[in-house]
Amino acid sequence: MLRVENLSTFYDNIQALKDISLQVKEGEIVTLIGANGAGKTTSLLTISGLLRPATGEIYFRGKKINNVPPHDIVKMGISHVPEGRRIFPRLTLKENLYIGAYTRKDKNGLYKDMEMVFDTFPQLRGREKQAAGTLSGGEQQMLAIGRALMSRPRLLLLDEPSMGLAPMIVNEIFRIVEDINRTGTTILLVEQNAQMALSIAHRGYVLETGNIALHDKASSLLQNDEVRKTYLGE
Amino acid sequence: MFFQQLINGIVLGSTYALIALGYTMVYGIIELINFAHGEIYMFGAFVGMTLVTVYQMPFVPAFLLAMALAALLGITVEFFAYRPLRRSSRLAALISAIGASIFLQNLALLVKGARPYSFPSPFASEVYKTSLFTISRVELIILAISFLLMLGLTFLIQKTKIGIAMRATAQDKDTASLMGIDINSVITITFAVGSALGAAAGVMVGVYFRTVTPMMGLMPGLKGFVAAVLGGIGSIPGAMLGGLLLGIAEVMGAAYISSQYRDAIAFAILIVVLLFKPAGLIGRSLQVKV
Repeated sequence: MLRVENLSTFYDNIQALKDISLQVKEGEIVTLIGANGAGKTTSLLTISGLLRPATGEIYFRGKKINNVPPHDIVKMGISHVPEGRRIFPRLTLKENLYIGAYTRKDKNGLYKDMEMVFDTFPQLRGREKQAAGTLSGGEQQMLAIGRALMSRPRLLLLDEPSMGLAPMIVNEIFRIVEDINRTGTTILLVEQNAQMALSIAHRGYVLETGNIALHDKASSLLQNDEVRKTYLGE
Repeated sequence: MFFQQLINGIVLGSTYALIALGYTMVYGIIELINFAHGEIYMFGAFVGMTLVTVYQMPFVPAFLLAMALAALLGITVEFFAYRPLRRSSRLAALISAIGASIFLQNLALLVKGARPYSFPSPFASEVYKTSLFTISRVELIILAISFLLMLGLTFLIQKTKIGIAMRATAQDKDTASLMGIDINSVITITFAVGSALGAAAGVMVGVYFRTVTPMMGLMPGLKGFVAAVLGGIGSIPGAMLGGLLLGIAEVMGAAYISSQYRDAIAFAILIVVLLFKPAGLIGRSLQVKV
């Protein structure tokens, strides 16, 4: 579904991604793990078009998408939940969801999907008119995921959904991410919480300073000594 | 006397409010003070005057066409003067804005000459008297049009898809583009709407004072800016409130202190606001940024 080939991305003169290649197949949860600054977020930003790669290619369902602007990438079926949630704080909760469906024209389907988001995240129900900035961190993360689902993506890019959240809420969010995957959405998940990420993913890539150091089935990575020592704190 | 001045102030202030909206909308989206906005107002007045006097067009279509052409001018200014500087420093864009303003003023001087043109009022010069104040028909029309436009804008911003997209873009451009919003077209629409409102004010002031000149945008442009800062730049209700308050303050100052201080009052208000309440009257917490 998604194929990234020899991708390099720079911030001014600093190379953040060095020739990385990865693949996500339809129906999978694939995780990118690695330390701070390894290039996880940069990878997602490059895929969704907010950063332009210097070299390399990105294919989504057979079509080349590097050089496609971000607002057109959304239309092709990729939705990105950015790092730090980035909900629109001064829009209401409902407006946030509505704007998530910006590319859609089918009003009825849109409101049905809004209901579906409230079914998935019951904490958000009944608070449609509340400014999104007044939600708690966990609720904001739920809203950010719900907002991304409103465009009916084929591929969901999730950047650090566990960031700054209490363990109980992290568990809940990961359970929901698995549910979303089961209903047919492919997921590329970036996480610092490698334990959580590998426990729900099918496959994983380990990023180290802009390179892919390892990739394997998630269950094998969980058993890998190197990974256990560096990322699982054992 | 007091109520009469209050009415005069509200009439003047409603035109400042329309101008201020253009500043505040553009600032909300790209954090730029569009100093060419006063010239858009002037351009609108010239188009309206020309259509009514030269082409004998009735007022309403002339008014709407002036708004539409000013919208196009606003889009053009953004495209040539600001878009190439989108990733440059804010100072560079600001200098470009001042340049665009001087350019448009001088273009008008070149084409139209420095003499004032008369803008005959298309309305009967009827005056309505109440026990507290008198108001002319043209003043009533200015009030009605201004408030209609402000209501329309509020509806656009609060309720429509493009309005929500504008607010989202004002809050976080990168994330807005991840939602599928084309940032460039939102910026274009913002300039178009802001410029159309500025031109509406220009036509109405042209009709009110019955003259149009190439330099007429300078002072109202600056005052619209002061009004936007007074209300809280970036805030739409703030611009409306700031415009009305500035108009009232100016007229009251002229009536009770001295009419020679008319312009000084606006800038004194600017200094006081920047010193004591730089975020403006409608603070961050209530702010609806666009």
